Amino acid sequence: MTHTNAIKAGPQATYEHYLEQGKFMIQRAKSTGEYVFFPRAITPTGATDFEWVQAAGTGTVYAITVNRGRSGSTNVALIELDEGVRMMSTLPDVETAPIGARVIARIEEAEGGNRVVFDMLEGEAA
Amino acid sequence: MSAQDIRGKSAIVGMATAGIGEAPGFSAMELLGQAAVAAVADAGLRMQDIDGVFAATSAHAFPTMSVVEHLGLRPRYFDSTNVGGSSFELHLLQATLALEAGLCDAALVCYGSNQRTAGGRLVSMSEPQWHETPYNPRHPITAYGLAASRHMHAYGTTREQLADVALAARGWANLNPDAFARGPLTKDEILSSRMISDPLTKADCCLVTDGAAACVLTRADRAKDLHAKPVYFLGAGAANYHRSIVAMPDLATTAAADSGPRALEMAGITRKDLDLVMLYDAFTINTILFLEDLGFCAKGEGGAFVEDGRIAPGGELAVNTNGGGLSCVHPGMYGLFLIAEAVAQIRGGTGERQIENCDLALCHGNGGTLSSQCTAILGSEATL
Repeated sequence: MTHTNAIKAGPQATYEHYLEQGKFMIQRAKSTGEYVFFPRAITPTGATDFEWVQAAGTGTVYAITVNRGRSGSTNVALIELDEGVRMMSTLPDVETAPIGARVIARIEEAEGGNRVVFDMLEGEAA
Repeated sequence: MSAQDIRGKSAIVGMATAGIGEAPGFSAMELLGQAAVAAVADAGLRMQDIDGVFAATSAHAFPTMSVVEHLGLRPRYFDSTNVGGSSFELHLLQATLALEAGLCDAALVCYGSNQRTAGGRLVSMSEPQWHETPYNPRHPITAYGLAASRHMHAYGTTREQLADVALAARGWANLNPDAFARGPLTKDEILSSRMISDPLTKADCCLVTDGAAACVLTRADRAKDLHAKPVYFLGAGAANYHRSIVAMPDLATTAAADSGPRALEMAGITRKDLDLVMLYDAFTINTILFLEDLGFCAKGEGGAFVEDGRIAPGGELAVNTNGGGLSCVHPGMYGLFLIAEAVAQIRGGTGERQIENCDLALCHGNGGTLSSQCTAILGSEATL
């Protein structure tokens, strides 16, 4: 699925608009094939001809920490998507996960709007 | 003109700190003012002689304006570059360039914070990153916890090795009467401390204190007229790739790997020449990362390097001899206190913690979430 100039708005607003529609979309530069995340205006090599493509949703835990607090603990993870870009997220259904674990995205309703979270991919080794 | 041409062209001729630890009843600017007044007096100058101002704080949107007003200055040159805790290492470079260009004759670099007595929490003007906000990171510790997790995964670094960093810092603090956290501390106490952001416990975190610091720089040719022991600026280097920890290229390697060599090249020295290494230890993992990235050991060997008291008093390498952000002082932006300790050691007479013949010191500042990395090299007259 590809959308180009679907919305007249900046990269952040466009990303959030898709997310509210239940879609996890990321940018890819047509000329170079580079993906970027978080959404922005230019790739590391200088390309600006972005299109929005649906993220595969699969990725790997790159780094993870658990914020411990009196009202409970939540993990904060950096997930490396299979497209090669990294994002901050969380694995809501586990306390923590090993680095290298395979994960899959889902969109979760949260205070302040939809967000992308990840679940462990069963049966897939790191 | 090349970068090497500014080696030794300026010197710190006045240095002071104020309110280290707890300073109830004083605002951040009042503490900064105390340090500035003392630093200018230490330089044998009058406040009216200051015509260059370099400042960054976590409490002021326009730090140099507030400093100028508070101290009654009318500077010709001013610079509020804010790259977090690394600002002041960069200010040394910028002040040197401004002095050398004749844009000012006496530069004041200053900082102040009352974050401990004002609320006891790390005060930050840092704006939330929109792509992080849905996941409630508690920066800075979440970012450093993530980096530590990655370093452990990549290189087998252990919590025991992180504890060795905290232990060494406390060892030095126990030799420094000005350090805020003094007293016995065991490895078991560190390891059983409350977990805050895995794998970092409360004992892996820097202090939350009050404190201010200031230094005065002039061109080197008049430094000897102002202070018996000027501390010369020999080099500085900076590097920055990211703002948010999400965008850090490799969480186990910082931009210090670029800033360090740049500073050493400008100073024309190698790391073997250094007598003192001051590293911004906001968290225990920082010390390990910076020892590796600045080349004191190979990448991945920082954990093993800090074992067996190698960076503690009496160890092979003198690191953070004031007790560091972990045990001496950390008012939010610690970078100028690295410089204060280097100046004190090079001048000599710091008491029990004094390094014999301390002529060359490296100060490595860190800003943001392992983001801005700025390294400065300072030396005695003998190193010119």
